[in-house]
Amino acid sequence: MKRREFLRSMSAVAAGGMVSAPAVWSPAKAQSRQETLLIVSESGPNNLDIHGVGTNVPGYEVSWNCYDRLISHEMKTVNGTPYYDRDKFKMELAEDMKIGDMSATFKLKKNATFHDGTPVTAKDVKWSLDRAVTVGGFPTFQMGAGSLTKPEQFVVVDDNTFRVDFLRKDRLTIPDLAVIVPCIVNSELVKKNATEKDPWGLEYTKQNTAGSGAYRVASWTAGTEVIFERNENWKGGPLPKIKRIVWRIVPSAGNRRALLERGDADISYDLPNKDFVELKDAGKLTIVSTPYSNGIQYIGMNVKTPPFDNLKVRQAVAYAIPYQKIMDAVLFGLSKPMFGAPADKATEVAWPQPTKFNTDIAKAKQLMAEAGYPNGFETTLSFDLGFAGVNEPLCVLTQESLAQIGIKCTINKIPGATWRTELNKKTLPLYTNVFSGWLDYPEYFFIWCYHGKNSIFNTMSYQSKTLDGFVDGAVTAAAEGNKATYETDVKGFVDTAFTDMPRIPIYQPYVNVAMQKNVSGYQYWFHRRLDYRSLVKA
Amino acid sequence: MGNLILKRLLLAVPSLIGVVIVTFLLTRALPGDPAAYFAGPAATAEAVEEIRVKLGLDQPLIVQFVRYIGDLSHGDLGSSLTTGQPVAAEIKRRLPASAELTLLGLLVSMAIAVPLGILAATQPGSLIDHACRVVTTAGVSLPVFFTGLILIYVFYYKLGWAPAPLGRLDIFFSPPPQVTGFYLIDSLIAGNGALFVASLKQLILPALTLGIFSLAPIARMTRASMLAVLSSDFVRSARASGLSSFTVVVTYAFRNAMLPVITTLGMVFSFLLGANVLVEKVFAWPGIGSFAVEALIASDFAPVQGFVLTMAIMYVALNLIIDILYGLIDPRMRLEA
Repeated sequence: MKRREFLRSMSAVAAGGMVSAPAVWSPAKAQSRQETLLIVSESGPNNLDIHGVGTNVPGYEVSWNCYDRLISHEMKTVNGTPYYDRDKFKMELAEDMKIGDMSATFKLKKNATFHDGTPVTAKDVKWSLDRAVTVGGFPTFQMGAGSLTKPEQFVVVDDNTFRVDFLRKDRLTIPDLAVIVPCIVNSELVKKNATEKDPWGLEYTKQNTAGSGAYRVASWTAGTEVIFERNENWKGGPLPKIKRIVWRIVPSAGNRRALLERGDADISYDLPNKDFVELKDAGKLTIVSTPYSNGIQYIGMNVKTPPFDNLKVRQAVAYAIPYQKIMDAVLFGLSKPMFGAPADKATEVAWPQPTKFNTDIAKAKQLMAEAGYPNGFETTLSFDLGFAGVNEPLCVLTQESLAQIGIKCTINKIPGATWRTELNKKTLPLYTNVFSGWLDYPEYFFIWCYHGKNSIFNTMSYQSKTLDGFVDGAVTAAAEGNKATYETDVKGFVDTAFTDMPRIPIYQPYVNVAMQKNVSGYQYWFHRRLDYRSLVKA
Repeated sequence: MGNLILKRLLLAVPSLIGVVIVTFLLTRALPGDPAAYFAGPAATAEAVEEIRVKLGLDQPLIVQFVRYIGDLSHGDLGSSLTTGQPVAAEIKRRLPASAELTLLGLLVSMAIAVPLGILAATQPGSLIDHACRVVTTAGVSLPVFFTGLILIYVFYYKLGWAPAPLGRLDIFFSPPPQVTGFYLIDSLIAGNGALFVASLKQLILPALTLGIFSLAPIARMTRASMLAVLSSDFVRSARASGLSSFTVVVTYAFRNAMLPVITTLGMVFSFLLGANVLVEKVFAWPGIGSFAVEALIASDFAPVQGFVLTMAIMYVALNLIIDILYGLIDPRMRLEA
C-alpha cells in the first residue's frame, strides 16, 4: 500500500466512524436496552449442563432457566419477598401429577417442544432421569437424596404419560423431582452428538443448551459473559417479560457496586455485606435480603479427639463465641441470629432455630475449669479462604474471645481448592463452615450433618445413638404421615444436638440481591440463584 | 541474519523442554485436589474418586506426563475445568485481549516516558528533571489495582466520562469478525467505525493504568542512557559544528541512546504481559493473566501449564525480536553475531 492511499483510507475510516457513531443513541438501541437485562456477578458457569462433571454453582443458574422439570414450586410471600413454597407444587412440563401409594404418574403437556421444535415426549423424560441417576457425581448424589437411584424406576407408559416408581416410601421423592437436577433434556438431539466414549453427550451439553426452558443460551464466552434469549414458544408457564439477558462476569466487587450505582447494571447478588448495607441506606436501589433456607454458618469441633471430645469444653466454647460482635462487625446485621433464644422457650418443630447460648465468659471459664482445663490449651481454628470476606473477621473475633478463656488459637487459612479435602479428612480440631440443603426439611439437614452414618457433612464425626434414633424415627414418621411422632422426634434431635453441641450454630446467612428500582419480580428459590422468568424491567 | 535466527531458535529448545517438565511437576506439587474441588460441595468420597478417574488423575505421575506430552505434540493443551473450554482455544481467544491491552499500555507509557526522559537528561537538575523523578517514583510505587480503581472511581463513577469497566466492549456491541484478535484492528478491517470507537473507549483506562505503572523503568533508562551519550565526544563535536540542538539530541544522541532503552522495553513488555493480571481483574478484561490465576486458585492444571508454556514461547520470541532490532539500530551488533 502506498503511503498516500493508506492515509486516504484512514480518513475514510475515520469519516465512517463519525457517521455511524450516533447509532448508539438511536431509538432502536434504547428499545433493546429496555428489553435487555444486564446481570453482573463475580464468577460465571463452567458448564451449561448440571449433569456435567464438576459443574459449578453459576452453571446451576443456566440449567434452571434453560431447562424445564416435570414439576416446580408455587410461590408464597415471606417478609414481602416472593419465596418458593416448599409444600405446594405446580406443573411445569407435566400438566397433571397423580401420586399413588408406590408411584407417581405424570401427563405431559401435549404442545411442549424443545428449543429446536421437536416435541417433548415421555421418552425424553425417561432418558433425562436415567442420565441423572447414571452419570455419577453430584447429580446422581442429589437424585439419591430422594430415593431415586435406578433407571428401572422411570417408566414410559405412552408418549405422553410417564411414571416414577418409588423405591421405598420417602417424603423427599416428589420434592426431589422439583430441584434443578431432574431437568428434561432433548434426548434425540443429544444422542446425535454423543460419542462412544461419552454416551450421555455431556461434551455437547456442556457447550449447548438442549432443553425446553424459557431461555436458551445464545452465546457463552467462558469467564466473560453468557447471553440468553427468550424461548418464544415456552409452554412451562407464562412467557417471561425480558427478551434478552446479558450476564457479565465482573470480578471486582467495587466495580459491581459502581456499575449498579451508575445505573449501568440492572442486578447483582454477590456483594460484600457492607456494600449491601450502604446501598440500602443510600436508597437508590432495591435491596432484597432473604435468609438461606435450611442453611447455617457454624463453628465445628472434632469430637473424636481431645480436648473437644469433652462436652464441657464444647459448652465453654459455645459460651465464648462473640455472637453479637460477629453479627454487628462482620455481617452488618444482614443475617438471622441462631443464638440467644430465651431460656424458657420451648423447642420448635422447625429448622434452623436458635440455641439458648449467649456470650458469657465467666460461665465459659467455669466450664473450662470443670473440664480440667483451668489454664486452657492450644489449638488451630481453620477457615475457607474462598469466603475470606466473612470467615476471616469471624475467626479473628472468635480467636480474641477464646483467648479470654485460655484457648490459644492459631488461625489456619485454607485455600478454596483444598478446603473440602481438608474438611473431609475430619481432622481439623476447630473450624467454621456453612451448610445449606436444597430440600428444606429438618430431618434432611440432620441426616447429613449429625447422623451417625457419618456423611461428609458430619464434619465433627459426631456419633450419638439417641440422636440417630430420633432422626430415623422422624424419617419414617414423615413417610407414613404420622405427625405426632414426627414432631416429638424433630424436637428430640434438635434438643440432643443443642445439648451435646458438636457444632455451634452462629447465624443463618442472607442471600442479598441489589437491583435497579425499575427491576422487579425477584423470587427466592431454594438454590438461591436468579430465576429470570419472573423478572420484569419497567 | 538467517543463521542468527536459526541458532537462537535451536538454543531455545532445551529451555522450552525444561519449562514443560518443571510446570508439569510444579502443578502436581500444588496443594489442593482438583477432583475434590470439582466434585462439588455435596460429593461423597466415591464421587470424588469417580471424578479423579474421569480426569485421569488416578494414574501414576509418569503415565500422566507421557499422556500430556502426547497431547502436546498434537497441539492439544488439554481442557480447563474452570471454564470448561479447551486450553488452546482459550489462550488463542484471550492472548490477543492481553496483547492489545499491553501494547497500548506500552505505547502510552513510551509516549510519556521517552520525551520525559530526554527532557530530564538535557536539563539535569531542572524542574522537569525533578518532575520526572516524582512521576516515575509515584508510578512505580502505586500498585496497579489501586491506580486502576482510582481511575475508575474518578472517570467512570464520579465524572461519567469513561464507559463502564465491563471488559473489551459495551454489552450492546458484538465483537468484530476475528482476523488479528485485536479489536482496534479488526473493527477497522470490518470498516466499523462505531465499533472502533467503542473498543478504544474501553481500552483507554486500563491502558493508562498499565502505562503509569511501566513509566518508571523506561523514563529512568532513557534519562540515564541519554546522559551518558550527551556527555560523549561525538555529541560535543556535533554541537561544536554548529548543528541545531534538536538535531544533536534527537538524530545523533537519541539513536545511540536507544539500545538500552530497547532492552528495557523488551523486559517491560514481557513483564507487563504477566503482571497485568490485576488490571484484567479490575477492568473485567478477558485476558490470559486472569485466566491463569483463576485456574491456579482452582488447582486446574491444564490452563496453568498452557499459560506458562505460552509465556515461555513469547519470551523466546520477544528476545529474538529484540536481538534483531539491535542489529537494525546498531550495525556493530550485526558483525558480532
